[in-house]
Amino acid sequence: MDDFVQLWVYLSSTPLFGLTATLLTYAAAQAVYDRVGRAPWANPVLWSVVCIGLVLVATGTAYPTYFAGAQFVHVLLGPAVVALAWPLWLRRAEVRRRGVALTVAALLGGLAAAGSAVGMAWLFGMPPDILRSLAPKSVTAPVAMGIAERIGGVPALAAVFAVLTGMVGALSAKYLFNLLRIDSWAVRGFALGTASHGIGAARALQVHADAGAYAGIALGLQVVLASLLTPFVFHWFR
Amino acid sequence: MMALRGLAILLLLQAAGEAIVHAVSLPFPGPVVGLVLLLPALGVAWIREPVAAAAELLLAHLSLLFVPVGVGVITHLHLVSEYGLRLLVVIVVSTWVGMAATALVLRALLGKPGVEDTERG
Repeated sequence: MDDFVQLWVYLSSTPLFGLTATLLTYAAAQAVYDRVGRAPWANPVLWSVVCIGLVLVATGTAYPTYFAGAQFVHVLLGPAVVALAWPLWLRRAEVRRRGVALTVAALLGGLAAAGSAVGMAWLFGMPPDILRSLAPKSVTAPVAMGIAERIGGVPALAAVFAVLTGMVGALSAKYLFNLLRIDSWAVRGFALGTASHGIGAARALQVHADAGAYAGIALGLQVVLASLLTPFVFHWFR
Repeated sequence: MMALRGLAILLLLQAAGEAIVHAVSLPFPGPVVGLVLLLPALGVAWIREPVAAAAELLLAHLSLLFVPVGVGVITHLHLVSEYGLRLLVVIVVSTWVGMAATALVLRALLGKPGVEDTERG
């Protein structure tokens, strides 16, 4: 037993732990997700985060210890954002043809998401650093962190809000769109990508190819629009 | 091998993006500038093919990449306990508002007679 404890103490302090835990948990969560017919509630990001979080809290492992290994997955977010050029390029004819409609929808949708979040949080009396971390919540996590930093928010908090927003979108989009009678896959995908960035886009990709492509376009557009406009809007309100 | 070469190109463009952002102090994150740089470069076949392989691999497993940041929630449990329910309401409602606004605006814009039909393309 002592040997086991020592082995655990050793393993949990090397980067090997965080990386292995992330990949194993995600692979298991993905397998369950496929098994239940990709039901929204079985979202693999949600369950991976919950399971790993519980293990860390239960074993008293510090987040930086976990992140020492998990960062090898995390760094890939950068090239993944660059790679969004690929779905955009594949659909370049459509993007050009519908460019104005898509940009207007992305702008108004992004504004509605960020504005309602900041407005409600302000009404609830939350401190300014939380308000500023909520503003970029509909942008993919790595970019949301950058925006939050620029407008005086807390990057780590912004990342958490962005991930939660992504999960809420991925979990509930189906029901919301059915309620609103939105039946075009393109519109559903685009709206999911606009409000719920990469996690929403990942869900859209799994549901329908058109929805996935439009979610990818929306994600890319939101990244560009929000990076450009959020600091500008916050500068104005100061 | 193709995907590996593509990943190298993506990283190179991200680095170029970061360099430009720092040099000209642009309001964009580096990878976003990398994305913009990559778009015209995709017209070149020897860039497009490896990038396509790498992009498909990365984007197929996009949700995995959010797990490490997501687990970071545990470092903010004090906020969750202080504002938990209110934060949840804010995040859930604003996400619905954003999705509904985008979907309704886009449907209205695409649905106009004379404009492209949604079913096409």
